[in-house]
Amino acid sequence: MSAATNRTRDTSGLGVARAVAFVSPALLLIGLFLVFPALWTIYIGLTNYTLTGPASVAPAFVGLENFLGALDDALFGNALWLTLVFVLGSAVLGQNLLGFGLAWVLRSAKPVVRRVVEALVLLAWILPSVVVAYLWTAVLDRDGGTLNALLGNESTAWLVEYPMASLIVFNTWRGTAFSMMLYSSALAAVPPSQLETARTVGASGWQTVRDIVFPHIRGHVLTNTLLISLWTANDFTPFLLTAGGPNHESETLPVFIYQQAITNGELGYSAAISFLLLIVNLVVALLYLLLLRRRS
Amino acid sequence: MAAIELTGLSTVYPNGVRAVDDLDLSIDDGEFFALLGPSGCGKTTLLRTIAGLERSSSGTISLGGGDVTRTDVGKRGVAMVFQDYALFPHMTVAQNIAYPLRVRRASKQAQQDAASTTSAGLGLAELLERRPAQLSGGQQQRVALARAIAMEAQVLLLDEPLSNLDARLRLEARTFLKRLQRELGLTTVFVTHDQAEALALADRIAVMADGRIRQLGTPKDVFQRPADTFVANFIGSTPMNLLTGTAHDGFVEVAGARLASPDLSLADGTKVVAGIRPEYLAPAAEGITGTVSIVENLGVTSLVTLECPGDVLVGLTVPEHEEPRVGTAMTAAPAPGRLLVYDAETTRLL
Repeated sequence: MSAATNRTRDTSGLGVARAVAFVSPALLLIGLFLVFPALWTIYIGLTNYTLTGPASVAPAFVGLENFLGALDDALFGNALWLTLVFVLGSAVLGQNLLGFGLAWVLRSAKPVVRRVVEALVLLAWILPSVVVAYLWTAVLDRDGGTLNALLGNESTAWLVEYPMASLIVFNTWRGTAFSMMLYSSALAAVPPSQLETARTVGASGWQTVRDIVFPHIRGHVLTNTLLISLWTANDFTPFLLTAGGPNHESETLPVFIYQQAITNGELGYSAAISFLLLIVNLVVALLYLLLLRRRS
Repeated sequence: MAAIELTGLSTVYPNGVRAVDDLDLSIDDGEFFALLGPSGCGKTTLLRTIAGLERSSSGTISLGGGDVTRTDVGKRGVAMVFQDYALFPHMTVAQNIAYPLRVRRASKQAQQDAASTTSAGLGLAELLERRPAQLSGGQQQRVALARAIAMEAQVLLLDEPLSNLDARLRLEARTFLKRLQRELGLTTVFVTHDQAEALALADRIAVMADGRIRQLGTPKDVFQRPADTFVANFIGSTPMNLLTGTAHDGFVEVAGARLASPDLSLADGTKVVAGIRPEYLAPAAEGITGTVSIVENLGVTSLVTLECPGDVLVGLTVPEHEEPRVGTAMTAAPAPGRLLVYDAETTRLL
């Protein structure tokens, strides 16, 4: 961009030099901690870099070997599948439906009830992962866990026997607040007279949601589903609950990447998987954006 | 089609406001009925209570002889047109009109038939494939009416049906609405704050204030003999003159004048309020005398404001070309039989 066009774009009258000075600290930090590591990850994904041993000192360039290796790795396929199950179960279905359901029901609830429920749901969202992971371990533990105590059952080790189901329930609980809040504000934008017209013509709750509410909030549904899908796909909290176990039964991609990098020391391989996860994210995001554009 | 019968109906909001207060009302089958009043008088709440959108706190509502007080909105057989028309923006005109049938899972063919029959009667046949956003305000209103008619309800409720239209369109829509109601013969209740709308459209009007009916009658009754000073003040495009005075020998003394009063045999010295519409006051040799202070041109007539003794303002209308000059003295008297006398304490018509 030439200096002349810069000057014509200088609508705030700040002066280009000053404007650059203002944004440069942020750009520097973003460059240092986001852009550089991302590019570095792509680079080491093409090497045989390891945590220990000769390749940790002098990694060699191996081309696409890591990527090809991933395609043959049953554990990678397993992780990819579990990530899909995790995203579908806890985000696309769990958080979406529960969040919308809460928003829809709380609309007509007493203000006190609404505030209390919203506060509780929000609490699950704002607590640090380490804290909630510890709390859920305490709930689901076989010996003296809260759930078993409530059920009067001393034999079920939930995190061991039903690891994915536990993670899906956990993540639904953990993340519903965002969907609930987003849908609450989306529902507030649906004109009450349209909902009341639906009531006078005798539409059931489901018909009202399908015919009147959903067309109004379709954009919100897509945006919300995109965001929670990406967050869930990249979520590392499952590691704190099950560490991917038992026997890789709950090893979603972020956990798999961590295990490969830190436990197995395969930095090059895990960087390649990270890149693949990035590609999956991009594909999912593009898909939603296409849907969003087509609907509008 | 059905008559509406309300007995002892109250609607109380959680904050304790009695929006509808112990109200009795019968609306005949096929009647065009207006609920008229200033904002906050409870007219919209009453309409919504009849529809079932608000829960009544006590009393009963019956439609066509059947008690519907506790019947769900969707099962009452009541169609409602909202002030903003509440058309579904993502549906075509045809889909909007046929929506009540779609809810009842009528066949596609039945839905199409309903849309085309109803739309033809309302001049919408050409617009069936359009979306609401592509329609004018008047067309949108007719789509909303068509959807309500397609419901084949017993009763049609209209919330401020004309207030979202601009002034010129409003007159057209008013005529259209009246003809439509005659043709359908559908019991119709509408809410308005515009007295001219109520007078023009309704068979009968209920004038409301504070959740109660102040007067119930034909437009003629309500215009010519308002039951109290509130109604007198509210009805009429120019406000009625309400002059406080006393009764004497069959006359009322107001604004320094003695006016012939209707035969009420009032005790001498009774405090009264004399009500005279500006339209029923005319220049005369004897009567209320004052100084012309303001002349407002209303088109065919002009509204003249007289300043009378005791800082009393009196309005009268005069035909065009007969406007007096500001500052001159003028005397006016009510047309025979047009003077109304209200009790100064109870504000009721005597």
